[in-house]
Amino acid sequence: MTLLEVRGLDAGYGDFQALFGVDVGVAEGETLAMIGANGAGKTTFLRVLAGQVPVRAGSIMFDGADIAHVKAHRRVGLGIALVPEGRMLFGSLTVRENLMIGAHAGRPGRWRLDTVLEVFPLIRPLLDRPSGVLSGGEQQAVAIGRALMSNPRLVLLDEVSLGLAPVVVKSLYEALPALSEGGATVLLVEQDIGQALEVASRVVCLLEGRVSLEGRPADLARPDITAAYFGLPAGTGSQGPA
Amino acid sequence: MEWLNAVVQGIMLGGLFALFATGLSLAFGVMRFVNLAHGDLAILGAFVAVSVTSALGLNPFVSLVVVVPVMLAAGYALQLGAFNFTISADPLPSILVTFGLGIVIQNVLLETYSADSRGLDVGSIEIESIRITDAIAVGWIPLITLVVAVAVLGTLQLMLSRTSLGRAFRAVSDDPATARLMGINDRNLYAVAMGIAFATVAVAGVFLGIRQSFGPLDGPAQLLYAFEAVVIGGLGSVWGTLVGGLLLGVAHTVGGQFEVAYGYGSGPLLGHLVFLAVLATKPTGLLGRRTE
Repeated sequence: MTLLEVRGLDAGYGDFQALFGVDVGVAEGETLAMIGANGAGKTTFLRVLAGQVPVRAGSIMFDGADIAHVKAHRRVGLGIALVPEGRMLFGSLTVRENLMIGAHAGRPGRWRLDTVLEVFPLIRPLLDRPSGVLSGGEQQAVAIGRALMSNPRLVLLDEVSLGLAPVVVKSLYEALPALSEGGATVLLVEQDIGQALEVASRVVCLLEGRVSLEGRPADLARPDITAAYFGLPAGTGSQGPA
Repeated sequence: MEWLNAVVQGIMLGGLFALFATGLSLAFGVMRFVNLAHGDLAILGAFVAVSVTSALGLNPFVSLVVVVPVMLAAGYALQLGAFNFTISADPLPSILVTFGLGIVIQNVLLETYSADSRGLDVGSIEIESIRITDAIAVGWIPLITLVVAVAVLGTLQLMLSRTSLGRAFRAVSDDPATARLMGINDRNLYAVAMGIAFATVAVAGVFLGIRQSFGPLDGPAQLLYAFEAVVIGGLGSVWGTLVGGLLLGVAHTVGGQFEVAYGYGSGPLLGHLVFLAVLATKPTGLLGRRTE
């Protein structure tokens, strides 16, 4: 079943248009990775889905209803949770409060403080600390946990690996199966193509605001991905960028 | 002994200043909103109490059960209907709009109640006091004001630190865009905060009216003291607001004692000097949080 169906999406900031007629579908239960170079529009796409950037044209069908013009604070209640780029924890709140505020919308489900701590045991000893003193990896774990607390049907992960050591990234990605088992569909944005291909059941590549490639990791040849990523003519990707 | 008495009376006066400053501090803390009509709103609250006491024959203290909900609703509605449209990274629109609102309130009060000074009469308790030593006595009204101020600020602090509403207030204060991702309706939360701010400033206005006479144009002076209390204590800090109010109150009465003892100086002058000294040496205020 299709959980999310985006059709002909245009979006941008002021005079700058970041997305041009983007079509993306996400099936319930799958893990879709969106890849692309810096400035390709990946983060904008997630922010549009979360309601932080307005839709200029096109539709966003979520669970059969068009949510293109639903306000951001109402989308959490519908089951969409964004883990924003840069973690964006609340600095005045403790780790526990950051997690609890994730449950503000009051959606019922399996994710509560204790079940989140089972997935991210590293957070447990930090619960009463201010969120600002945590390491980047710990903050990212809290940010993902905070999103889970809303019991989302669709989790949007923006650049989980940004600025983190590879070993930390690896441990964070090990939590992904738990999200899927919990019934969440995952849409993640990742610059690290290797990481994305490893965890995703399907990949979408954005190039300058347009979908340039789509498919299952096993069906995609690396040169085609490289071409779609950098905007080279198909089949020339093996030479790499100049 | 006169000086000790001045300090004791200053602490009592400080309770009133803190009560005035509470709403200003909350609105600034939650939404970086500077309300220049704050003093006029206190006077408005006092005049509403005048009408309620004369229409229903109530004691001014009892009139609070009407005045506070009325002002709370007004604050909520005004935030949703007007103030929310001024909130942006630029503080100027909110300053202009509330400056204008202050003038409107002053003139509506002048038209409605005339320029005569009014007072709120609570009976003989106004002149009763508790004698502590031969030279020091504490009036019941100032004492009740101080107790109410501490209770209001204490309740606010508990609400902010312990309840989910307070958690949402702090989250919105940190980062409204991310708070929306949590399902928090920041605009509605701002209205709740402004409702609380109006309610507390109405209490302050009623206590002012019990303590001294007041007229429609007395708001701006109260705004100044409220601002000084907030800045001395530290922006966005609840206990800082209490400390700022108390310190300002003591400065006022000690300054007044200077005038009595040496023939120069004045209460408000020393208050302003303390304010300047804090601003110069610790711009974030005595208990202020680091400002980003």
